[in-house]
Amino acid sequence: MSAATRELTGTRGLLRLVLRRDRVVLPLWVLFVGVLPVSYVTAIIDLFPTAAAQQAYALTSGNNAAFVALYGRLAGSGLGDLVAWRAGFLPIVIGLCAILTVIRHTRTDEEAGRRELLGSTVVGRHAPLAAALAATWGASLVLGLITAVSTIGKGLPSAGSWAFGAELAAAGVAFAGVGAVAAQLTSGAGSARGLAIGVLGLAYVLGVVGDISSLSASGTLSWLTWVSPIGWVHQIDPYGAARWWAAGLAVVASVVLAVAAVALSNRRDIGAGLLPARLGPSSAGPGLRSPLALAWRLHRGLLAGWVSGFVALGVVLGYLAGGLGDLLKEAPQMADVFARLGGASGLIDSYLAGMLGLFGLIAAGYAIQATLRMRAEEAAGRAEPVLGTAVGRLRWAAGHLVFSLLGPAVVLAAAGLAMGLTHGLNTGDVGREAPRVLAGAMVQLPAVWVLAAIALALFGLLPRLSAVSWGALVVCLLVGLVGTALGLDQRVVDVSPFTHVPRLPGGAMSVTPLLWLTAVAAVLAAAGLAGLRRRDLPVV
Amino acid sequence: MNDAISAAGLVKTFGPTRALDGLDLAVRTGEVHGFLGPNGAGKSTTIRILLGMMRADAGAVRLLGGDPWSGATELHRRLAYVPGDVTLWPNLSGGEVIDLLGRLRGGLDRRRRDELLERFDLDPRKKGRAYSKGNRQKVALVAALASDVELLLLDEPTSGLDPLMEEAFREAVLEEKRRGDRTVLLSSHILSEVEALCDRVTIIRDGRTVESGTLAELRHLTRTSIEAELAAPVDGLAALPGVHGLRVDDLRVRFDVDTSELDPALRALAAAGVRTLVSRPPTLEELFLRHYDRSATAVGAGAEVAR
Repeated sequence: MSAATRELTGTRGLLRLVLRRDRVVLPLWVLFVGVLPVSYVTAIIDLFPTAAAQQAYALTSGNNAAFVALYGRLAGSGLGDLVAWRAGFLPIVIGLCAILTVIRHTRTDEEAGRRELLGSTVVGRHAPLAAALAATWGASLVLGLITAVSTIGKGLPSAGSWAFGAELAAAGVAFAGVGAVAAQLTSGAGSARGLAIGVLGLAYVLGVVGDISSLSASGTLSWLTWVSPIGWVHQIDPYGAARWWAAGLAVVASVVLAVAAVALSNRRDIGAGLLPARLGPSSAGPGLRSPLALAWRLHRGLLAGWVSGFVALGVVLGYLAGGLGDLLKEAPQMADVFARLGGASGLIDSYLAGMLGLFGLIAAGYAIQATLRMRAEEAAGRAEPVLGTAVGRLRWAAGHLVFSLLGPAVVLAAAGLAMGLTHGLNTGDVGREAPRVLAGAMVQLPAVWVLAAIALALFGLLPRLSAVSWGALVVCLLVGLVGTALGLDQRVVDVSPFTHVPRLPGGAMSVTPLLWLTAVAAVLAAAGLAGLRRRDLPVV
Repeated sequence: MNDAISAAGLVKTFGPTRALDGLDLAVRTGEVHGFLGPNGAGKSTTIRILLGMMRADAGAVRLLGGDPWSGATELHRRLAYVPGDVTLWPNLSGGEVIDLLGRLRGGLDRRRRDELLERFDLDPRKKGRAYSKGNRQKVALVAALASDVELLLLDEPTSGLDPLMEEAFREAVLEEKRRGDRTVLLSSHILSEVEALCDRVTIIRDGRTVESGTLAELRHLTRTSIEAELAAPVDGLAALPGVHGLRVDDLRVRFDVDTSELDPALRALAAAGVRTLVSRPPTLEELFLRHYDRSATAVGAGAEVAR
């Protein structure tokens, strides 16, 4: 038996273990994301039945910076082009799923000590990583296959549909490699996830900057698209140029990353990261004496990560807003289209409002994550020692809730200020732009609170179902990102709290919906806290 | 004196499983009380009810004169708890956790803390994720033992400790005991530890109390092992009431006898003439095995104490 084979002994058995453990989650995202493009086909045919209508839509939306930021560049105006373009956000979703899958079956197991148990059986050193990668690569390919077959079934050109499937599969394959490397670097699964998702976010931002820069005539930063794996898969342009080699780029990157992960794991012990664990203080500082102080220690890293990410995104997106006005001068034939959107200032405002709405949705993810820290503390047995002291349940929960309620406020304010200041410096009118953009960010807060309160209500009343709160966020994301494009029923669109947030800057400010959202959040939170006071603890 | 803990008829169900099924527990103030039971017998559930983390479906429970559910926060100032499976925050050092838990409880004795750290040979600078199971346990133990509280609730506190550290733990508990004003509820699997430390024990099984009392009382209820070399063969020993597991090897006899029937059995031996005699009182381990042996349906009904 060669050394390489020996290191991989048992991969097949572990692969079956991975599939067994993920038998619900894996098929769910593969199938759901895989068939999503088909719904775009139906929706676009419904909304724009003729080629002329599709062309007009392509002209308006394809040059709208807010849409370009979300979906990438629109390559043509055919039905296939429009569908592939609207699906431009899916590579990010697929990348996220791939990262989470790989890390769950590598570093999470290692941190929990399950890896050690497996390692003592006849299992090669690299078998767990190989199994996790094989499962994720396989899932990505199946997802691409589903997309290709289902879009062909809807009557799209088959060559293009295969390339389209390859685009989505390539995103999963590439970020599986990112997850594999991140899992080797840190000893905690949480920080490994943070690292890999940070890379995903960076890839997204680089892609956005490249794409939006290419909208303007100079296009000085358009090369950035080629630095980002998200950019690569967008560049496949399935129904136009069909650059298969761009998908090959993603596959090569994934293999290189996998080899790097193996090399890294050869240099470390099981359970350890590459960075050595540092020693801490031998006694606590004078401030560490309350549940709030403990919560600060547990949340500060997360908060700092989110603030810096939001500031970076705010600066980039705010900077890009300035370039939009130039579009008018460069494309006079589109003047009446833009006039309908409210002219240059209307165009920029709608872009800013769209981006701030996106910030709101992402911040809701942070709010849920922060709220569910309580559940993680409970499930890991770390809530018990604290509640075994003279700390009541509500006081314990309050420490965490400060971060799930005020944390998003800080994060949104940081993003709004960064975006407003950058944009204001660009236009030379900071005094006008900064407060407007900041207000647009802060009006998202009540909707974010509703999501945090849903998580809290689940935690208090149905703790085992706490993770369902992520489902609520997914619903909001889908309603926000694809709802209007799909022409969903207004009653469905209204389910998302973000539907009711005034679109600022540019739109009309209305306090009533904000008060309602806050009231809904308060009721849900109160129900959750009442449930927490009554229930057994821990529920595992 | 009032009981520090009194629980009667506790019932707790989790869906279809009945974790506690009429459990009784009485712990007197100032004593070290052993709480014994096999895995899944309901020890941790009982302790969580005593802590007000869970609410019993039925039964009455008092802790330090209060209701552990409604008065949890106030009562917790007067007790310290060590969970059976200690997990720590990965990014907090052991010293920080000890200080934090002590302060949340209302203060801890710094000199005692440092002395305990020394005694348990624990490096307080390590981060939570770097500790082994035994060291995590030590962090929780130091935090609990360094607090000035009336009641210690210890859920299998030595399950991850090495023998040396077990000894250190015993010494620490014996010191608590000598102070006389601290009550300790010690759930454990280590019988020698319970024998060495505890004034009284409660043995539970399937969520029910099967025995409770001092070790002497419990021993009285069970059997003594007899091994003797006789001068002449003895007849009729097997027919005596309370004699179990008789093995005769020429002039050597071995058997167990119910403590209440000891006298007739010894008379029978004496009648044959005794050359050597070894009599051994039952160890707690034997008590334990008899209660836990699933085939034993009732105390004393056919549970063999094998040696």
